[in-house]
Amino acid sequence: MLKTLGDRLLTTLPALVGVIVVSFLLTRVLPGDTAAYFAGPAATPQAIAEIRKELGLDRPLPEQFGRYVANLSKGNLGQSLTTGQPVLADISARLPASAELTLFGLVISLLIAVPLGITAAVKQGSAIDHACRIVATAGVSLPVFFTGLLLVYVFYFLLGWSPAPLGRLDVFFSAPPAVTGFYLIDSLLDRDWETFRAALSQILLPGTTLAIFALAPIARITRASMLAVLSSEFVRTARASGLGGRTVVMTYAFRNAMLPVVTTLGMVFSFLLGANVLVEKVFAWPGIGSYAVEALIASDFAPVQGFVLAMAILYIVLNLLIDLTYGLIDPRVRMGA
Amino acid sequence: MTLTRRTALAAGLSAPFVGKAAAQAPSRNETLLLVQEYGPNSLDMQGIGASQPVNGVALNCYDRLLRFKPVPIPGGGGNQVSMTELEGELAESWQVASDGMSCTFKLRDAKFHSGRPVTAKDVKWSLDRAVSIGGFATTQMNAGSMEKPEQFVALDDKTFRVDFIRKDKLTMPNLAVTIPFVFDSELAAKNGGGDPWAKDWLKNNVAGSGAFKVESWKPGVETIYVRNDAWASGTLPKLRRVIARDIASPSTRRALIEKGDADISYGLPPKDFKDLIDAGKIKVVGVPIPNAAWGLYLNTQVGPFADVRLRQAVAWALPYDKILQASLFGRGVDLSGGPETPKPAWPQPYPYRTDGAKAKALVDAATPGGFATTLLFDAGTATVAEPMSVLIKEALAPLGINVEITKVPGSNFRGEIAKKTNPMVLNRFAGWLDYPDYYLFWTMHGANSIFNIASYQNPELDKLIDAARFTADKNGYEKEVVSFLSLAEREVPLVPISQPTHDVAMQKTIGGYQFQPCREPDFRYLTKG
Repeated sequence: MLKTLGDRLLTTLPALVGVIVVSFLLTRVLPGDTAAYFAGPAATPQAIAEIRKELGLDRPLPEQFGRYVANLSKGNLGQSLTTGQPVLADISARLPASAELTLFGLVISLLIAVPLGITAAVKQGSAIDHACRIVATAGVSLPVFFTGLLLVYVFYFLLGWSPAPLGRLDVFFSAPPAVTGFYLIDSLLDRDWETFRAALSQILLPGTTLAIFALAPIARITRASMLAVLSSEFVRTARASGLGGRTVVMTYAFRNAMLPVVTTLGMVFSFLLGANVLVEKVFAWPGIGSYAVEALIASDFAPVQGFVLAMAILYIVLNLLIDLTYGLIDPRVRMGA
Repeated sequence: MTLTRRTALAAGLSAPFVGKAAAQAPSRNETLLLVQEYGPNSLDMQGIGASQPVNGVALNCYDRLLRFKPVPIPGGGGNQVSMTELEGELAESWQVASDGMSCTFKLRDAKFHSGRPVTAKDVKWSLDRAVSIGGFATTQMNAGSMEKPEQFVALDDKTFRVDFIRKDKLTMPNLAVTIPFVFDSELAAKNGGGDPWAKDWLKNNVAGSGAFKVESWKPGVETIYVRNDAWASGTLPKLRRVIARDIASPSTRRALIEKGDADISYGLPPKDFKDLIDAGKIKVVGVPIPNAAWGLYLNTQVGPFADVRLRQAVAWALPYDKILQASLFGRGVDLSGGPETPKPAWPQPYPYRTDGAKAKALVDAATPGGFATTLLFDAGTATVAEPMSVLIKEALAPLGINVEITKVPGSNFRGEIAKKTNPMVLNRFAGWLDYPDYYLFWTMHGANSIFNIASYQNPELDKLIDAARFTADKNGYEKEVVSFLSLAEREVPLVPISQPTHDVAMQKTIGGYQFQPCREPDFRYLTKG
């Protein structure tokens, strides 16, 4: 197991190097002049030149790259010009916010999508199957910002059930002491029920927005892979042996159908993490997606590179975890490795 | 199961474990919740790359020698400022020398947040810093003829003098803008870590004597201000605490203000302000932004608009009223159909108005058959600029001018206008100091600043602008302004379209609204309840 882990980690190194080089080059190739942007209104050409010099943007590209890598090796991702803070601090403050939101959304959607997919497959062509299809189609075809705004309009503006969409916590609460960076977990660790409730009520709407979006791929894949497994011979054998419907479906069929679901889950997670920019904007969620987009608009290189790097590392870790989970679900994968 | 802010506050007051901030929270009537698109990226407005909201930090947490006198907004709803009337902030009194070449300030007994008294030495350090640090701060200081540290003299602890290098009517008002504010120089030097201007430390810390202190600052999330109870430079503010949250989505900001959860909302699209005014539940205070105009810049050096007839044709063709209604939703002042002879003011309507026949005749004389060209604008201003450019495109099509619209993000936009090769650019420029010569210096003078987007070069205009900038004679000044404005109207390198309104939406319980030229909220005057 450890050896597999080590081997897998080694193979990721070239990918990381690639990511570093490409993200560096891409940000430099993009049109836009950081110095002119940050010189602000009424800047003279001299002022812009001074800023360019201070940011080291007047140096040749190889030198800039050398500096970037040297800093990177010291764990320094550079300074963000848009927030004025070190990129590492920004990312470590914002990544947990995005991760918590995404995981929360994913858990909600799993709780709904997997049973829905299974039932749809077991009772193919029934009303539930059609409902599953409708939910999935609606989920993918509604853009997230639209669902988000709609939920805000209905549950906050019209009904008043949800608190104001002001970010992770209401203004009169302070954040729980940071352990994991997840407010829901940290407030529980701190036994602070009020803050937990406040954090939960804030995350409910954005989490649901993401869940609606993630519902579709998970439900469809669960249904498809369950259908494939249910028509296979070992299920027929199990049925013929007189095993109960529940045992057949849950113990035999579902476990075998889980591999594609887990794969999709990994993809949906990393996709949501980067792509929930619009949800973050609507709910004022201080996450990493909106951070990266704002930096990109301002041609602020360091945060963009930091974001790409963080995402690459996260993706690698996630894939590793998924591969290891395969081994747990399906012994054949373990043997093969 | 729902948690409103009221129950949350009640819980906060009764349950100490909720958190320190909530437990000590001043009553709801003394706490203001402001929602804005984005917050400060630094706490030091003099620093390089400081964003627009940093002005608010400078305004509320630091003091200057002088401030602009509040005067009522003609339409009601609060105060704006008078550029020509100044009040003492840190200065108790001041006296311009009889030769008009220096000004001596007597400082009042004020204390920094650290408890140290404010001395003339601190004022000198801060102004030296502003003229030496480079970037926008230095540019702004230079605009008021404050160029070198030798101009600033600390005579004793309480007496400070500014020596003028030339007579410039902008010098005194420029001491009241958000750049020449006063730092606690000893605190800064102690924490500067070898940097004489303590740039890194002041970026993250406030070392001022202003009416508010920054209690917590999370870039991109929120800034919390608390009142400085020992503030000596003015009437103690009514608000004890201000929470400024960054809410990127304008729809969310509008929902928050309509629902009553936010007290004040900045930066909504004009349409939302119009809707809020029509609905009547929320107070909207609008001030036509002094020295600001949406304008169409026509490149006078390269491309078709080097021909003045085509520039005039465009000025005759623009659908001014339609633009005001459809892109600004009436939240602005039309800048067309003005008198033949301009008044000494900026912005003001040019004599052009929508007249297709006149435009067509000019185009036919210059380029029969028309031509194709491009129109550029900043994607960051798209809410207003996009409908505006579409209307322009539609209006120019019958003249045979085929316009292709290009929208670029902010950082590219600066680069594009710096090239000065785009034939047509739509931009909104606003100068802090409300003088016509100041505006035209940036947008049309041969010094060719980045905002002279039309790349207009005319020694005659330069001479008139320079003369007006440095004259002391009021009548002569007005005559020069009228002559350079007439010249600009004939030559139209810039077609002014509308003067935008600066709108702020607030609950009806909020009073004391104060508009500042930097356009950031001034918490010092605001009241609640």
